[in-house]
Amino acid sequence: MPNTSSLFGNRWLLAGVLLLLPFVLQPFGNAWVRIADMSLLYVLLALGLNIVVGYAGLLDLGYVAFFAVGAYLFGLLASPHLTDAFPWIATMFPNGLHLSLWMVLPMAAGVAALFGIVLGAPTLKLRGDYLAIVTIGFGEIIRVFLNNLDQPVNITNGPKGIGPIDSVSVFGHPLSKRLELGFIELPSVTLYYYLFLLLVVVSVVVCHRLENSRIGRAWMAIREDEIAAKAMGLNTRNLKLMAFGMGATFGGISGAMFAAFQGFVSPESFSLMESVMIVAMVVLGGLGHLPGVILGAVLLAALPEALRYVAGPLQEMTGGRLDAAILRQLLISVAMVGVMLWRPSGLWPKPEHGKRLQSVEGHDA
Amino acid sequence: MDVLLQQVINGLVLGSMYALVALGYTMVYGIINLINFAHGEVLMIGALCSWSLINILQPAFPNLPGWVILIMAMVLASLAAASLNFAIEKIAYRPLRNAPKLAPLITAIGMSIFLQTIAMIIWKPNYKPFPTLLPTTPIPIGEAVITPTQLMILGLTAVALAVLSWLVNATRLGRAMRATAENPRMASLMGVKPDMVISATFIIGAVLATLAGVMWASNYGTVHHAMGFLPGLKAFTAAVFGGIGNLGGAVVGGLLLGLIESIGSGYLGELTGGVMGSQYSDIFAFLVLILVLTLRPSGLMGERVADRA
Amino acid sequence: MLSHHVLQVAGVSKRFGGLQALSDVHLTIERGQVYGLIGPNGAGKTTFFNVITGLYPADSGNFVLADHPYQPKDVHLVAKAGIARTFQNIRLFAEMTALENVMVARHVRTHSGLLGAIFRTKSFTQEEKEITERAHALLEYVGIEAFANVKARTLSYGDQRRLEIARALATDPQLLALDEPAAGMNATEKVQLRALIDKIRHDQRTVLLIEHDVKLVMGLCDRVTVLDEGQVIAEGTPAHVQRDARVMQAYLGTAQV
Repeated sequence: MPNTSSLFGNRWLLAGVLLLLPFVLQPFGNAWVRIADMSLLYVLLALGLNIVVGYAGLLDLGYVAFFAVGAYLFGLLASPHLTDAFPWIATMFPNGLHLSLWMVLPMAAGVAALFGIVLGAPTLKLRGDYLAIVTIGFGEIIRVFLNNLDQPVNITNGPKGIGPIDSVSVFGHPLSKRLELGFIELPSVTLYYYLFLLLVVVSVVVCHRLENSRIGRAWMAIREDEIAAKAMGLNTRNLKLMAFGMGATFGGISGAMFAAFQGFVSPESFSLMESVMIVAMVVLGGLGHLPGVILGAVLLAALPEALRYVAGPLQEMTGGRLDAAILRQLLISVAMVGVMLWRPSGLWPKPEHGKRLQSVEGHDA
Repeated sequence: MDVLLQQVINGLVLGSMYALVALGYTMVYGIINLINFAHGEVLMIGALCSWSLINILQPAFPNLPGWVILIMAMVLASLAAASLNFAIEKIAYRPLRNAPKLAPLITAIGMSIFLQTIAMIIWKPNYKPFPTLLPTTPIPIGEAVITPTQLMILGLTAVALAVLSWLVNATRLGRAMRATAENPRMASLMGVKPDMVISATFIIGAVLATLAGVMWASNYGTVHHAMGFLPGLKAFTAAVFGGIGNLGGAVVGGLLLGLIESIGSGYLGELTGGVMGSQYSDIFAFLVLILVLTLRPSGLMGERVADRA
Repeated sequence: MLSHHVLQVAGVSKRFGGLQALSDVHLTIERGQVYGLIGPNGAGKTTFFNVITGLYPADSGNFVLADHPYQPKDVHLVAKAGIARTFQNIRLFAEMTALENVMVARHVRTHSGLLGAIFRTKSFTQEEKEITERAHALLEYVGIEAFANVKARTLSYGDQRRLEIARALATDPQLLALDEPAAGMNATEKVQLRALIDKIRHDQRTVLLIEHDVKLVMGLCDRVTVLDEGQVIAEGTPAHVQRDARVMQAYLGTAQV
């Protein structure tokens, strides 16, 4: 069976680079480590969406909904909002609601999975393009609710968002505070980096295992030809729901981490543009191919941020019309059109096996 | 009761605009099986172009009545939008006509965002007021009122539909379009050039969307780069609702959706005891879409397409 | 204890709007037989095939598969019950390798889920081993073991057909239902196909075959049912059916028979 990690060549080299990255970036400013942190969160999102789009072939354009679910879940359970808005909750939790990391992660995963199944269920019989539109609809519906559920009962605090949100604590140390280890001092962004890196590594392992398993193959069969898959006995309905649910868990976890990292969540972080960007990461990177997906995520997450520093002069040149956000959108949209026209299988697709072309030895007449 | 009549009028006006855009979606889908995600953006570009044009024409021809300027702007903007749509189809969609399903979808989405971003760059992101070119005194109808702008919308839509109907039924081009929609291979064997038919479809769609865009801007008074997204999505819902690929269905779907949205959001507050107000009105279209696709995917006027094994 | 009759069908009718596609169709397939279903175009062969592979229900009639009543409510239950089919226009999982195509067909006889996959439990690893070995064995059986790790879409037409058969066999079917397997094949490929089906029969598998190539059917099948306009007009050994007057009339105009 193909071992995609062999493509990384020297695994130790890769591990070393990843572990030392914060120290390389820090001299340039914490902002760069922050970019790395956000990139890791996007990698998680891309990995999750890859299960839905890459493995099972279900074009979900509303994936940001699960990111939002995880973020708001953590936001609600680890901030003063609920205790402020509902006196009866305040009396139940006199010290406030402060959930720990170990409780949050499974909860975010579970609730997101539930949403994944609920939102996936109506789409089971739809074909590609209709599925895409319906998922857009769901993403928008979630956003509208987030924006408006401050009346009559203030659950989400509407457009004002929820904050301040606790940071997570690992072994008693809150990650928002720097860590002193003798001669090294690790700032908060670096601490988060290692937490996110751990989550990403675990996720990559999980995805790799899923890919090479009975369920993974079943998902791919559905992607390739749903009718043939059914004829071979695959319960496509349940398998699709499984894909939605499993994919959503990554979104939920990433969302919870995002909430802790930012300390604040509001509906504008969960727009359609985000969903599209995550789809772009997966498709442009290499659908269904883990290294490609990671590459796509890192490029689309980090590059526009890095461009901020270039955008300054551009902004002046064009009289304020081109700023970093606009540049990012421009790049992503051009990339989407361009890659589909010139390299539709993505920047780093699954390698074709070259064996076949040599081993045909007069086999067929 | 008077509220209902007003909602009906508003709904028909809204629905007319949805219908015009839905026609664009349904024509393209009927011929090349592609949901042109970027179609809503054509509405936006048409509206913004007309805004720019009006800002040039008005001072240039200060003595012309408002409605003349409006029509001139509409015509010129349609030309611009049509050329743009033609170019988009040729450059981005045509090469992918035989590609696996995902590719044209992604390209269309990318194109949609690209157009929005370009519009943001050219016209800047702020909401701009659309000049009032028509008289504003409302005309009473029973216990409701209708503005001249709304009347114009209804009238223009009717005219556009009549012209389209003539085009599709009585001209060679129309015959070619219908033939290609039904059986592309047969049509090409009969001498119809599919590329030409498809380009024509995109051009006509752009003109209709521009009309809708200008009217939308006139009715709601503002233009901005993101104004096409939601109407586009809703118009697509209307097209599916009426039966995708079916022109009459697009019109019926558009009008019905407009009515549902208008009447629904008007009464939503009452229905839910004040819990949900009209800010949830955007969700109506999505709910309709989900219901239609779940319960009757062929739409109101579409044919039942049997599952090919 | 394997049943003697693999498939018993009686009184099957199906109407589509104004067209009576099937009227009172009946047949019985015994274990180890290669059973042919033939008839001129529009006779109802495909409709019958689609009915027994769960695409739509019959209006009336009953089916017994390996001594159990058979009435699949959904397509995916068909393979589980014991009928595995191939498609006239080959439907492989194009981007998956030949091996993976066959492995995925073991799905219905295996059971590891998400947890097993993620935590690599013992039962999961054991099952994966079994699946892989079985898949290799089946590829070898149909003769394309050399292409195990190449994408299905790169195989030649004849090899793709074999792969489809290997994939269907992986579900451990009671009945292998082949939908025009010789479609689009040249003479050499047909000879190879025939050899493969013979081999399958030799190994005590039961096969139902729809085919247009009458010569292939007559040479290969143990028994044949002939449909015309939705009705059974003849049933028996190829030799017997070939001489049947009604059959000859139904095929009037064709050079065969």
